[in-house]
Amino acid sequence: MKDLEDRQERIDNLKGLGCSRKRVEDARFTQGKGNYVDDVNLPGMLHGDFVRSPYAHARVKSINIDAAMALDGVVAVLTAKDLEPLSLHWMPTLAGDKQMVLADGKVLFQGQEVAFVVAKDRYVAADAVELVEVEYEELPVLVDPFEALQSDIVLREDIKDEKEGAHGARRHHNHIFLWEEGDKDATEQVLDEAEVVAEEMVYYHRTHPCPLEPCGSVASMDKINGKLTLWGTFQAPHVVRTVASLLSGIEEHNIRVISPDIGGGFGNKVGVYPGYVCSIVASIVTGQPVKWIEDRMENLMATAFARDYWMKGKISATKDGKITGLHCHVTADHGAFDACADPTKFPAGFFHICTGSYDIPVAYVGVDGVYTNKAPGGVAYRCSFRVTEAAYFIERMIEVLAIELNMDAAELRRINFIKADQFPYQSALGWEYDSGDYHTAWDKALAAVKYDDLRAEQAQRVEDFKAGKTRKLLGIGLTHFTEIVGAGPVKNCDILGMGMFDSCEIRIHPTGSAIARLGTISQGQGHATTFAQILASEIGLSADSITIEEGDTDTAPYGLGTYGSRSTPVAGAATAMAGRKIRAKAQMIAAYLLEVHDNDLEWDVDRFVVKGAPERFKTMKDIAYAAYNQAIPGVEPGLEAVSYYDPPNMTYPFGAYICVMEIDADTGEHEIRQFYALDDCGTRINPMVIEGQVHGGLTEALAIAMGQEIAYDDMGNCKTGTLMDFFIPTAVETPHYTTDHTETPSPHHPIGAKGVGESPNVGGVPAFSNAVHDAFRAFGLRQSHMPHDHWRIWKIANDLGLHG
Amino acid sequence: MGKQIITLTVNGEKHEVAAEPRELLVHTLRETLNLRGPHVGCETSHCGACTVDIDGKSVKSCTMFAAQADGAEITTIEGIATPDGMHVLQEMFREHHGLQCGYCTPGMITRAYRLLQENPNPTEEEVRFGIAGNLCRCTGYQNIVKAILAAAAEMNAAREAAQ
Ligand code: FES
Ligand code: FES
Repeated sequence: MKDLEDRQERIDNLKGLGCSRKRVEDARFTQGKGNYVDDVNLPGMLHGDFVRSPYAHARVKSINIDAAMALDGVVAVLTAKDLEPLSLHWMPTLAGDKQMVLADGKVLFQGQEVAFVVAKDRYVAADAVELVEVEYEELPVLVDPFEALQSDIVLREDIKDEKEGAHGARRHHNHIFLWEEGDKDATEQVLDEAEVVAEEMVYYHRTHPCPLEPCGSVASMDKINGKLTLWGTFQAPHVVRTVASLLSGIEEHNIRVISPDIGGGFGNKVGVYPGYVCSIVASIVTGQPVKWIEDRMENLMATAFARDYWMKGKISATKDGKITGLHCHVTADHGAFDACADPTKFPAGFFHICTGSYDIPVAYVGVDGVYTNKAPGGVAYRCSFRVTEAAYFIERMIEVLAIELNMDAAELRRINFIKADQFPYQSALGWEYDSGDYHTAWDKALAAVKYDDLRAEQAQRVEDFKAGKTRKLLGIGLTHFTEIVGAGPVKNCDILGMGMFDSCEIRIHPTGSAIARLGTISQGQGHATTFAQILASEIGLSADSITIEEGDTDTAPYGLGTYGSRSTPVAGAATAMAGRKIRAKAQMIAAYLLEVHDNDLEWDVDRFVVKGAPERFKTMKDIAYAAYNQAIPGVEPGLEAVSYYDPPNMTYPFGAYICVMEIDADTGEHEIRQFYALDDCGTRINPMVIEGQVHGGLTEALAIAMGQEIAYDDMGNCKTGTLMDFFIPTAVETPHYTTDHTETPSPHHPIGAKGVGESPNVGGVPAFSNAVHDAFRAFGLRQSHMPHDHWRIWKIANDLGLHG
Repeated sequence: MGKQIITLTVNGEKHEVAAEPRELLVHTLRETLNLRGPHVGCETSHCGACTVDIDGKSVKSCTMFAAQADGAEITTIEGIATPDGMHVLQEMFREHHGLQCGYCTPGMITRAYRLLQENPNPTEEEVRFGIAGNLCRCTGYQNIVKAILAAAAEMNAAREAAQ
């Protein structure tokens, strides 16, 4: 008993896996001692600001910088002409396209960067922006991707005659690519012969990640030693270093990229933006550090939109609801440049996870990418590359099929789920799902919300509504999503040619504490807390004795960064593997110290013990000391390890979400009465952090589903450039969430973990949207596009004739 | 543009600073006085990341000229901790995981600090309404609300014990 208690105490002291360890980051952040990019302040630092296009499509006839240059305090005004000799007036995008850094002859979206003003402070820079005179000649504007594919108007004159793009043939001058997956003929045949087919256009509108901290950078070119230091809001600092080297010609060892604290990313800070490039060039030109920080309007108008997918779906089934096939064609509005942040070979990301949680024998997906006069981007806003779009699509199609079949949507899901014994499961669109137990999660969720009672209440409500006793409707929004996260595998995933592995390097100090550095970068996920926990369980030192460092390319090992929920699946795995290397060496040292053979030892929490003689042991602390102060034959001094982890597969987290919503048919207002979220992210590292991630992701999902959008008028004017127009829920609109979990470990991940930060957004959006649709199902609603703001909900009711 | 000299008492310390008439208070605090706690998230009064406490009121320092604060007493997040350590609110934000990226946190805690003086015993609904001027993109507010309620309870208990 005593031994067991003692062992438990040793486990508890580690604060390892499964512990709701309080975050080590918080002491700084709660006292205002964070260090974000705008906090970087260097002697002699100048400030950059952009002249931006007021037009969505126009020729730039002339730019006159004289008045701006004459203003006291202005140091430089850069235009495309200045960047051209350096070949930096255009830059490559992550999607294999190129993008103007500064307007080269024309502008293609409102807010596009035209000139970069550099001045001694931000106020003078803003004044000078007003003084730059740009003469434009307006051109006709295309904001509709369907129209763009038919139109004679050429948006991208630079590639107008190119028949081949980065992803195959282009069939029109505004066409970017057609990307296909699955068996088209077989799918069409199944649809033709099916007993039931449901068909629907599902639009996932354009929105924006809008982290609270906008994007920015500080570049400092030290001309004496030839070194460039770049601080910035980078979710992938190492990739930024490589790109900066390739673009500038400065050797990579002379560039140091630092991602300091990042005030939220959500995909917004994956891309490379003209501001970063201009701050670097300006620092090289002026010889002084240059800071560029975008304001909120610039952030919403010009950097990194998300979604904008028109998804035309057909789903077929037998009369009793067994799904037989799925067909999807997407018209993807990429804006003026294809700057999607996807692994190179996946121009539509992992959209082909769109068979979701269901065993669908045959499927086809085709995605047409299209240029329009809108901002570039297409980032994964709190999701793994286009997985949110896929989950929304399939979860709407299931609901539409349920209507077609006149079936309960929960039951329809249940009879089509992939069964627990089918894993690893090969999907019709080419993925191998690693593990799952959907039926268990689903039953748990339905029981938790008392699903049958809710349906009975809803039926009563419909009757009361029809009888004029109430004006409120009840919606029950169901979702069972499957994510695909942790890119991953290097053999088919890369960013600009860099394989999507990740890394961890560990140094154990003589007195038994450690530092570990990773190729990822936290933007609020709490890596400094949770990665120390992974390591604590592996090497038997307390998480409190382990420092985690990320984001400085001079010290951290190369990694592909943090997005697409890849940190835990990839860098988390690297951490565990590096920890195991430490342990392997520690075992040799322990064997020497205890004068036994390596194989006579076994690991026990924080020590190696001689098998059968538990009183003979060496703790990791003892071993660490010995590694530095004893000559051990055949063993190098020191205790360090590095691991570069190439995951054999992605991980497939899943979850069951249910939203119960009250809707006022007359005002379109809604109230979320209950939201239940069950997540299965495999092994749970820190339940407190997981729950926090779920709350946050659900709130972003609420925003997207219920009001948030980037909208344009016919002239290409962005109508949602401030937080007045762009909806971010406050504490008042945000409901209380109930979280729950099941735990199905990933079979191929060293600790069985899957990644969770994005699940709530992937599953949350369909749950909220389905609740709205479900409230009106009894009155004949099939599909209505998001965001479901009060006006649009009112309009649904009005169109259905519910206003008398 | 000409600068004028203004007097600000910030976190108990008196400063004379030169500021242009158009200079926003948040920039004076961040750049002249090197108090980097108040953050800029919008500059349009929506997000609350720049919230400071001025003469007993929560104010968004991006929407006030430094010159307007001439003579004022200002508390920023840097002035909220006590000599004995972190303020209860700071402790409770950590305890209840009321922050993730930390960008909204200084403004959020500074607002909560004033809220609990305006209403020492708020309901959950009152807390939610009371912090509605402060946006958070990361947490979904649930744990922030929990942290503020926990801080209120602890401060009230301490007050009672002192009486
Ligand atoms: S920066 Fe002041 S309210 Fe947003
Ligand atoms: S913690 Fe990131 S915005 Fe609130």
